[in-house]
Amino acid sequence: MNYEPVIGLEIHVQLKTRSKMFCASPNNPDETEPNRNICEVCTAQPGSMPVINKEAVHMAILVGLALGCEIPEYSKFDRKNYFYPDLPKGYQISQFDQPICGAGIQVVEYEGKKRPIRITRAHLEEDAGKLIHEGSTTLVDLNRAGVPLLETVTEPDFRTPAEAKIFLQNLRNIVRYLGVSDADMEKGHMRCDANISLRPAGSQDLPPYKIEVKNLNSFKSVEAALNYEIKRQSEMQESGEKLTSQTRGWDDSKGITVEQRTKEQAHDYRYFPEPDLPIMHFIRGDVEKIRAELPELPAQKEERFISEFSLQDRDAGVLVNDKNLAAYFEEVVSELEEWFKEERLEADIAKLAKMAYNWISGDLQALLKIEGIDPQNSRITAENLAELIKMIHQGQVSTTAAKRILEVMFETGGDPSHVAADEGLSQVSDEVAITAVVDKVIAKNANVVADYKGGKKQALGFLVGKIMAEMKGKANPQVASRLLEEKLH
Amino acid sequence: MITQEEVAYIAKLARIELKQEELEKYRIDLNKILGYIEILKTVDTTGVEPLAQVTGLENIFRSDEAEEQGIADDILQNISETSGRFIRVKKVL
Repeated sequence: MNYEPVIGLEIHVQLKTRSKMFCASPNNPDETEPNRNICEVCTAQPGSMPVINKEAVHMAILVGLALGCEIPEYSKFDRKNYFYPDLPKGYQISQFDQPICGAGIQVVEYEGKKRPIRITRAHLEEDAGKLIHEGSTTLVDLNRAGVPLLETVTEPDFRTPAEAKIFLQNLRNIVRYLGVSDADMEKGHMRCDANISLRPAGSQDLPPYKIEVKNLNSFKSVEAALNYEIKRQSEMQESGEKLTSQTRGWDDSKGITVEQRTKEQAHDYRYFPEPDLPIMHFIRGDVEKIRAELPELPAQKEERFISEFSLQDRDAGVLVNDKNLAAYFEEVVSELEEWFKEERLEADIAKLAKMAYNWISGDLQALLKIEGIDPQNSRITAENLAELIKMIHQGQVSTTAAKRILEVMFETGGDPSHVAADEGLSQVSDEVAITAVVDKVIAKNANVVADYKGGKKQALGFLVGKIMAEMKGKANPQVASRLLEEKLH
Repeated sequence: MITQEEVAYIAKLARIELKQEELEKYRIDLNKILGYIEILKTVDTTGVEPLAQVTGLENIFRSDEAEEQGIADDILQNISETSGRFIRVKKVL
């Protein structure tokens, strides 16, 4: 039998505010000292009161608007009761029936097919502390307790693990473009739970069970865990076993999911409105002001790169996936455009953009990866890279020489024309200079010239090689070859 | 009417250990509270909007400023069991 996966996601994103969600303790995910960023509120001292962080609300609305969510007129906080040392109050302040962001929609493109994914909601809550289990005790660090989290919940609209992964990557890009989170999954800034079940292909009903998969700490593990579940669940269905709802954890090293013991026997959170926090009332006009703050979003940038620079879909995608790389690319291309305009040269923008893309995504990115830095922090300015590309375009340096020049620029930050001169890598395209060498080589190799004229065409390559050797590799091979042919005809 | 089993379940969620006689005591207490709610439910609320707050306040926010010199160390001083700067509790799953 053929099965169709039904997949939904729940994604927590840590917001990059200065202070925590309900108190002035610093929100610093990189803090190494345990219990440094704590205060009376986030450690639940009697009598302490929470106050909503305005910036966290602002960030949540920005994300909601970017995801096409409705922003309601009223929103409130609720208490989600559970007893566990990661939140000493005995409850988490979250949102139950009036989340800050309502229904929305995001388009996911996979294998050239675009499909809308419905977003159920996105709500604000506080993160819990970290627990370390050690022998017969548990150690508690509350630095993270109270850090603002935005939880986005989707409808079960994904039909392949790859779509789910793309959605997650898009969400990561969006929050990064908005500057509201670093959204690094490996660092826990962004955490994902997935639910998945199978139904017979062609069926429109939701399956009578749902498997929730937790502990997905990378984009790769999301896709791998979902693929594993599809295989496991279809095998169980084939063998006539009945599937029931369950929570399972992904074991990345073994590549399997295992059933998890649940914290509470039943999820009985006894939600009720948080009495210590007044409701939030959003005026339309204020929401529209926030909408006007939205920057160009990744999907819009990708479309513009394709239409403005004629980039391939795939290439535009690679750039957009990295906000800094995309910005750097645009700077390089605009430097190139300006140069060509100034020198009144005919410039083919699509060709220059493709060259810029190839150099940035290839050699430059390889160098950046070794150092672990952004292009903005490298010694190669956009202006200098543009100049190098111009030199290649005009035949002043060969591609091989340009690779070497790029490496030197990356090390020393020099200007490419100086680096080329210092390293002796400039390519000679000067026809007078090359013609002189061509004449010399023809005179010295009368036998080979005779062979060529006698029909042995490959003799031309030999002669070009002699010219290159004579000029220590600096001649532009295309120019040398053309001049040689002209002389021989 | 709330049963002893339900009291035991609520106690479990709240991690409170109750003896048999306490189960009965709290069953009676909780029933009194629920009985009061039953009285409240008889009030005619037709045309009254539900509300989550009685203060009438709206949009009370704080600006996003972090207080670096906090009272972290004082709080740790008052915690009964610590291990370095960690708070130590009985092992939980």
